[in-house]
Amino acid sequence: MTSKEIVGKSTPLVDGAEKVTGEAVYTDDITLPGLLVGRILRSPHEHAQIESIRVVDASNLLGVHAVAVGADAPIRFGVLPMTKDETALAVDKVVYLGDGIAAVAADTEAIALEALSLIKVKTKVLPPVLRMDEALKPLKDGVEKIQPMHSYPGSRFKEVKQSFGDVEEAFRDARSSVKGSFRFQGVTHAPTEPHATIAHWSAQGRLTVWSATQVPHYLQRSLAEVFELPMHKVRVIRPYVGGGFGGKSDPFPHEMVAALLAKKSGRPVKILFDREELFITNHGRHPTKTEMALSADALGNLTALQIDALIDGGAWGSFGVITSYYNGALSMGPYKIPSFDYRGRRVTTNKPPSGAMRGHGAVNSRYALETLLDEIAEDLGMDPCAIRLQNAWQPHSLTPNGLRITSCGIRECIEVVREASGWDERRGNLPFGKGLGIGCGFYISGSALPIHWERMPQSTVHLKVDFDGGVTVHSLAAEIGQGSDTVLAQCVAEGLGVGLNRIRVYTKNSDTSPIDLGSYSSRVTFMAGNAAIRAAEKVAQQIVAGAARLTGQPASGFVLEGEEVIYAPNPTIRLSFVDAVREALFDSGALHGKGHYQAPNLNPDLPRVEILRGKESEKGAVMGGTHKGAAAGLSPSYSMSAYIAEVDVDPETGIVKVPKVWAAHDCGFAINPIAVEGQIEGCVHMGMGQALTESFDYNRGSGRIENANLLDYKIIPSTDAPEVEVFLVESNDPEGPYGAKEAGEGPLLPILPAIGNGIHDAVGIRMRHLPITPDKVLAALDKKR
Amino acid sequence: MTLSINGAQKTVALAPHALLLDTLRSLGLTGTKRGCDMGTCGCCAVQVDGLPVLSCLLLTKEAAGKEISTIEGLGTPNNLAPLQRLFWEVGGSQCGFCTPGFLITADAFLRSNPDPTDQEIREAISGNLCRCTGYTKIIKAIRLSAKERAKE
Repeated sequence: MTSKEIVGKSTPLVDGAEKVTGEAVYTDDITLPGLLVGRILRSPHEHAQIESIRVVDASNLLGVHAVAVGADAPIRFGVLPMTKDETALAVDKVVYLGDGIAAVAADTEAIALEALSLIKVKTKVLPPVLRMDEALKPLKDGVEKIQPMHSYPGSRFKEVKQSFGDVEEAFRDARSSVKGSFRFQGVTHAPTEPHATIAHWSAQGRLTVWSATQVPHYLQRSLAEVFELPMHKVRVIRPYVGGGFGGKSDPFPHEMVAALLAKKSGRPVKILFDREELFITNHGRHPTKTEMALSADALGNLTALQIDALIDGGAWGSFGVITSYYNGALSMGPYKIPSFDYRGRRVTTNKPPSGAMRGHGAVNSRYALETLLDEIAEDLGMDPCAIRLQNAWQPHSLTPNGLRITSCGIRECIEVVREASGWDERRGNLPFGKGLGIGCGFYISGSALPIHWERMPQSTVHLKVDFDGGVTVHSLAAEIGQGSDTVLAQCVAEGLGVGLNRIRVYTKNSDTSPIDLGSYSSRVTFMAGNAAIRAAEKVAQQIVAGAARLTGQPASGFVLEGEEVIYAPNPTIRLSFVDAVREALFDSGALHGKGHYQAPNLNPDLPRVEILRGKESEKGAVMGGTHKGAAAGLSPSYSMSAYIAEVDVDPETGIVKVPKVWAAHDCGFAINPIAVEGQIEGCVHMGMGQALTESFDYNRGSGRIENANLLDYKIIPSTDAPEVEVFLVESNDPEGPYGAKEAGEGPLLPILPAIGNGIHDAVGIRMRHLPITPDKVLAALDKKR
Repeated sequence: MTLSINGAQKTVALAPHALLLDTLRSLGLTGTKRGCDMGTCGCCAVQVDGLPVLSCLLLTKEAAGKEISTIEGLGTPNNLAPLQRLFWEVGGSQCGFCTPGFLITADAFLRSNPDPTDQEIREAISGNLCRCTGYTKIIKAIRLSAKERAKE
């Protein structure tokens, strides 16, 4: 293959001009004839039985066009097919403070709000379950379950166990073993764009929903289920999305409510969240209590890891089954750890639902593991970088929990930040209050086993090339600011040997775009990128056939590069791209090509699990083992990362600052380096927030969030954002598109423990409760004295 | 009421309590974004007589008789302002939702401080939240823009 012209070069986002001029149209920027304002009445109780809802006064208010309650759309939905527990509006009971009870559509927001105030709701308040330890006990007042549809008794949602090797023996024989109790407050995505949705039913009975979503396909499915429509009667349009981070990766009740109000009123309806609604409906990172123990032999080889995670799911299931596994399965690396024991328990509480947030399921356990790893190194008198290097995964290896590791640049990541930060000279030698800390991590490039075990590809890309010489890319991969449209454009331009200005990317409309499962689990570059490459190959073959016909040379000799189609054995024989396209299509019409991606069977030696319910399957599922939950954490490829943070701790105030971070990430191959850097820098910033300042602060003894605004929920401001020096490690993944792996979530993992370990180097305290606020630092310093 | 927006006069009928953010968006100037409605995110920043203000906290009538500048007046796709071009080129914009507010704030700032230090840039944009970039490339874009302006 010739050298790469487009991929691997920093490319400004293909939709960037629209963003910097304000032309980019987000959902709230759309207006339609007759558009109504929808608003949702939210529960003031954490847990209550609904006895009656009186809507007549609201319905009679001038300017109100529809009022809806839960009974109007009672079909349950949810992102995971095994835990569909949400409804458009509460049916029979409310389960958290903020749960939707009723909704109105009106001419103006003021009328809608007045109408909400006229709705009379009679409830019987039930005792709420707010703490995880309460959730493990039988419920009070004769309440059997918070969520009647959950299968576990009481308030338990999911309990998983995974065990490999003899952990007891390993701890018994260990030269060093450490353990700790870690606590993590809930944090949330807080994208700058609040949720927004518009729904409209056409005269033909088709439903169109415009929504700020990361998962148009799952939204389409859920709308079809709730409104009992064939899926093709539902069209989802994803306008520009103002950030997601996992916060827009569930199909949501408000999307169902907009559709319901539009159906009842016969008019299009828009629901725009205010900032408080965004906080209280959450779906952010799970509050977690993690008990962890780690052991090593005298040489510093890790021997066993034991984890017991208690996870607060809040009111609904969301991605929680996966979270329950990920807290364990994604902790088993990037180090060789021969024995492993994990118990994960996710409980349901009467609090805002938790869900998937950047680094889903891996972040909290990662902090605990990397902290204990530092402690073991200290105990053994080893350097923290050295112990990580010694135990690092090897490329092309298999982990005890069945993860197939292919490309693996973890060693290079550690070495490069160690060198750049001056670690060997500086760590341990900085003045009191200054420190260096390291953290590592790995993350999936998409889940190998998709959420729906159905006979369909995980991503498909269509291309069209017509007489005008333009190349149109169709995919449902959701551009949410991460740059996926640009990656698709680059992959196609590279494959066709043309400039980016020929490429037009259409990823917003489910009617015209072939299905991609969405922007979650860091899957898009890997899966849609591969699909795009394959689609380009199909079109390239047709263009080459045209060139061969026109020149009389054999098709096998042509290459596409520099906007030309060149006969390689004699490069004087060449055609412009457009001439070759026109020749190729003159007797057949516009050129089309499609490519798809389906994760391969990752371990053919192991028995396969039937994925196609009731149908015969040749391939079977992609599973890494036969143990329960074997698919959790299984990915066609894994990113690796290692960060070193320089940390300043003020022993007088307890304030922690992070002036500098050296961040190395193995993304396989950076298709768009500037976008990969941006992901890493953004991850550092977001993870630093969880480490130091961000948390859901509940009013004592209630499920009310006291800091449900951007002033009191403390995102790291520009004045405290660290300088980040990024190092891209390219391990060239054998199956990734041009060798690429994920870069959207994995880069968040290492920053939290790098900061925590840096605090220890600075002032000698181990922080086990996040966020590490000044009061906790001062308390720990007091205790140490 | 007559408003002067991006150099053009517009006559609008308004409730006395209408907020500038709502007025601008109702006029189709949707580049000015609604992020929090309480002055905490900076997505709704516009310039009034050259100074950055949060349009979600300003009554429209208070801007009457003054020159209102929005992102739509900063530059167009065919004629990007240098600051816009640099935000795009260096990756200062990812999801783009906060971008208009940053551009408006930075544009006003660079007029008042043509040769800022990085610390001054950080402070100037501290009222604008970005959840995507970690600010690194935003600061870089503003720094490069200052350098370009200095050369001109």
